[in-house]
Amino acid sequence: MRYESPGTTKDAISLLSREKGKAFILAGGTDLLVKMKSGVLEPDLVVDIKRIKGILDIRKSTSGFVIGAGVPCAALNEDKALLKAWPGVVEAANLIGSKQVQGRCTMAGNLCNASPAADSVPALVAAGAKVVISGPKGSRKLAVEDVPTGVGRTALKKGEFITAIELPKKPARTSDAYLRFIPRTEMDIAVVSAGVSLTLNAKGVITAARVTLGAVAPTVLLVKEAAKAIIGSTLDEAAKARLAAAATGACRPIDDKRGTVEYRKDVAGVLARRAAEIAYARAGGN
Amino acid sequence: MSVLVKTTINGDAVEFVCPPEETLLDVLRNRLGLTGAKEGCGTGDCGACSVILDGRLVCSCLVLGAEMDGKSLETIEGMANGTTLHPLQQHFIEGAALQCGICTPGFLMAAQALLRKNANPSEEEIRFGLAGNLCRCTGYDKIVRAVQAAAKDMRSA
Amino acid sequence: MPLDTSFTNQTFKQVGTRPLRPDGVDKVTGRAKYGADFNAPGQLVGLVLRSPHAHARIKKIDTSKAEKLPGVKAVITSADLPDLTAGDKGMFAILENCMARGKVFYDGHAVAAVAAVDAATAKAALKLIKVDYQVLPHVTDVDEAMKPSAPVLHDHVFTRGVEPKPAKPSNIAMRSEYGHGDVEAGFKQADVVVSRSYKTEQTHQGYIEPHACVANVGPDGQGELWVCTQGHFVYRNQCAQLLGMDASKLRVTASEIGGGFGGKTHVWTEPVALALSRKANRPVKLVMTREEVFRASGPTSATSIDVKIGARKDGTIVAAEAELRYTCGPYYGDWAELGAKTAFACYDLKNVKTVGFDVLVNRPKVAAYRAPSAPMAAFAVESLIDELAHKIGMDALDFRIKNAAKQGTRSSYGPVYGPIGIGPTLEAARKHPHMKAPLGKNQGRGMACGFWFNFGGQTCSSINIGMDGSVTLTVGTIDVGGSRASLSLIAAEELGVSYEHIRCNIGDTGTLGHNDMTDGSRGTFSSGMATVFAARNAIGVMRERAAKMWDIPVDDVIWEDGHAKAKGANQGNLAPLSLAEIAAESGNTGGPIAGHNETVADGAGVSFATHICDIEVDSETGAARVKRYTVIQDAGKAVHPTYVEGQYQGGAAQGIGWALNEEYVYGKDGRLQNAGFLDYRIPVCSDLPMIDTQILEIPNPNHPYGVRGVGETSIVPPLAAVANALSNAAGVRLTHVPMSPPRVLKAIKGKSK
Repeated sequence: MRYESPGTTKDAISLLSREKGKAFILAGGTDLLVKMKSGVLEPDLVVDIKRIKGILDIRKSTSGFVIGAGVPCAALNEDKALLKAWPGVVEAANLIGSKQVQGRCTMAGNLCNASPAADSVPALVAAGAKVVISGPKGSRKLAVEDVPTGVGRTALKKGEFITAIELPKKPARTSDAYLRFIPRTEMDIAVVSAGVSLTLNAKGVITAARVTLGAVAPTVLLVKEAAKAIIGSTLDEAAKARLAAAATGACRPIDDKRGTVEYRKDVAGVLARRAAEIAYARAGGN
Repeated sequence: MSVLVKTTINGDAVEFVCPPEETLLDVLRNRLGLTGAKEGCGTGDCGACSVILDGRLVCSCLVLGAEMDGKSLETIEGMANGTTLHPLQQHFIEGAALQCGICTPGFLMAAQALLRKNANPSEEEIRFGLAGNLCRCTGYDKIVRAVQAAAKDMRSA
Repeated sequence: MPLDTSFTNQTFKQVGTRPLRPDGVDKVTGRAKYGADFNAPGQLVGLVLRSPHAHARIKKIDTSKAEKLPGVKAVITSADLPDLTAGDKGMFAILENCMARGKVFYDGHAVAAVAAVDAATAKAALKLIKVDYQVLPHVTDVDEAMKPSAPVLHDHVFTRGVEPKPAKPSNIAMRSEYGHGDVEAGFKQADVVVSRSYKTEQTHQGYIEPHACVANVGPDGQGELWVCTQGHFVYRNQCAQLLGMDASKLRVTASEIGGGFGGKTHVWTEPVALALSRKANRPVKLVMTREEVFRASGPTSATSIDVKIGARKDGTIVAAEAELRYTCGPYYGDWAELGAKTAFACYDLKNVKTVGFDVLVNRPKVAAYRAPSAPMAAFAVESLIDELAHKIGMDALDFRIKNAAKQGTRSSYGPVYGPIGIGPTLEAARKHPHMKAPLGKNQGRGMACGFWFNFGGQTCSSINIGMDGSVTLTVGTIDVGGSRASLSLIAAEELGVSYEHIRCNIGDTGTLGHNDMTDGSRGTFSSGMATVFAARNAIGVMRERAAKMWDIPVDDVIWEDGHAKAKGANQGNLAPLSLAEIAAESGNTGGPIAGHNETVADGAGVSFATHICDIEVDSETGAARVKRYTVIQDAGKAVHPTYVEGQYQGGAAQGIGWALNEEYVYGKDGRLQNAGFLDYRIPVCSDLPMIDTQILEIPNPNHPYGVRGVGETSIVPPLAAVANALSNAAGVRLTHVPMSPPRVLKAIKGKSK
């Protein structure tokens, strides 16, 4: 195996493009090194992107936030503006692994690992985030929900890698929330999870919403029916019941060591409802 | 092909050569004789190998040795100030916050990182701050109390 | 063998205080050396190849390619570990567990091992070993394994304890039965009879330190083993036997141990490391990965238990019976038997019967785990006791008090109890503020009792008095959680010197006679006993030396407060001689001063505990959180109370983990699916509240200081205490441990149907 730590995106693309063997990006390494330890992955080349200029920065602009692909999740929590704008995204990123893992892991890595249970992904999708991809043919942008194409598979092509995640500018009276269910209080992989972002009008009526579910399908689910269930409401009991039913109905989970189909369906509805309540309160609803 | 790495560990300049796939934990333990960081799992699930890398708490089993060039690392071996134990170390002994002691270096590193961020954590903040470190002996009670006691000492120091 | 009756009102100067542990600084600075922290010059890296199948015949192992790989210095299979066990079935099981012979019996069973110059070469070599398996049908569930249709693991196993001997081999290795009276007649007297079936899943001890050793055997037949173990003498004896060495030729040095809880009481990879070293003529370091620890070491039994209890309306239990079915892994063990012995040990019963079935399955060989087998039995019995109390309309605490065993009670497993603590722990629970504290929304409270025998065993301690008057105490039991502090206190108490002048070391196998391992809560009990007697032995020597220095009869010399004092009218003017003064003169009075004791530490007092638990349940997700927890346990005499509390808290935490989340998950293919700390979920710091403790001291008449073992009993009540609290909170009885969120939610949903 070779280890490279290029200083520019261009050099990184060149290394990745030229490699004939198995090449992997090292950002936080919290998935990559585990897979190397177990022998699941045996890379020929590891490209450490953390020395690329700007890749460790969080930049606020008029159109939102640009979060470098090397930014560890622990740093998101320290950016007060980001925390204020997208608390659901930050709380999701700060549920990944432990404090130790958060000191290293990145949202881009969480996304590219393409696990259905990734914590930051449902929150990013709910928030309408995009990724910036650089590759041999230049750069392109992709909605976060379009990055994972299956368990362990992404839409990235040979030589491409994510350089940043963009979060939109937060509209007025908008907020988000993310909840996951784990058996313990920390350290587990989500059995089921839900992200909600919503926008209210001055009267507290939901005018826009995005509801996402994790760990209930091969990739993150953006559940339009669940959003429809609450748009136009003030998140009254009936709307919450419709939301929960829509979330449960959208699940396509499996039985595995972490949970059963039945359990995941039940709890998906519960979490979607609870996340909506939190997001609604954060957005200024009563 | 092995890589040459120049880094700083507990304030000392250190150079080592390691294969590119070798973890920082293996470098510390097998090349530098710093066996205070322990391997409980090798997958970031137990925290026994915790160290502080450029100010951030990390599992050294999830860092490559090759990444360390130009970085600054703190390990348990550098926690005491000469012959004076750090208040956390002192309170861990006084409060019997260890039984077998294998998790202790990791807990001390994590507690150190926690108190740097939050000098007066609540019990809940301590418990969540240390949730990445597994202890199978103590039930955590005396660990939490030792961190509370050390934090109090450090605030009044 | 009651020594005397003065044990009940002794006063102590040092025992019962809380000094700092002698190994504290090393352990907070990273200097303490654990199993994997030791290295030998020129050492090789050892790795083990393990079976991916739950049950398979090994048709052929081809190691030739691995042997040819540059850097590989030795490759071994079971052919390199010939059977030297001479018909000892227990040792043969250990041997076969270390390295499969002809068949593999579980996912993770060792089939070959390599030693190479580095880890990468050793890994590459493992891949070059070709094993040709014939996969066989497997069985992992205890009830399935008992069925006549189940695949039989061994064709030579016929159920023991059954007359006449069964005609066919089966997976039921042993049937055992305990009790007295006539349960059928007893149930006829009952106003209320309740019965229920329970299941508990397999758990692992979960020590944070994986098994690790450095082995070094030379062509001269002498060897060294550096290893993390709960019993280095036991490891020495087992390794020497399996390798055909004289025990004296193998010196075993115990490292600091990073947790064991019973899981490091017999050998796993150590004979493999020694065999590799012997073949390579180089030291070999062999460290298990966490995955290997889960797949191939530990665990405890999975169980299936039926309990039936009958009582009169006044709350008197008139009959109780239980059938307990425990997995052993692929080899015989007495795990169900221990369950059958402990199940009703807390109660004074006229008619009681328990039957245990030890069952072989395609899972790792079961090892002891802290009061082995008792927690599952207590889960079933204490759950049903609670239900029965509710049914009679009696408070569950009062019901237990009414039926609690006491001095003179004939225990359900046979012996008649001496002074015991079950009644006092229950009375203390009644008075405890926890019992009266208000409960919040969705919360429930539960309690449960627990029992453990405790063990004594062979023990050997030495005290050497230095020329400067300092004291070296050498013991042969591993310090798993602070026993060096306790034993130093005991030596200080006897000798009358300060704790700071004592250094307690764990001797290697070359320095002391045989010591049994630190298990059965025996470390402080047995080595404490041997230390008392070794100190008294040394005091005898010092009295002789003082007599010589003074030229008076030794009978006129007494030992008091660390000094020899002359007694009697004729000797009044002699100033007392301190231990240091006597030691300084030892060269002129007969040589070095030492005291020894070699003993079988009989009379480990039985131990009881009562736990109280508050749980909050989320009825929409089935998540349960322990909000408050109290442990009340009899310690006999708490030598170092802080570390006694630590044992109570640690056992409770392990029990809570077992109750709520920990379990081995097997796939249909018989492979373990959660061999790691990510999905084998031991409690993390944020899962638990503070764990309150109350130490009771009902002295053990068989120990000079009244000490009872304290290490294990605390894991016995939590499964049931949590189950009772959770059942009260959820409004539905939970009978399957772990009570994980999906199980709890299913039970709650089932209730409303």
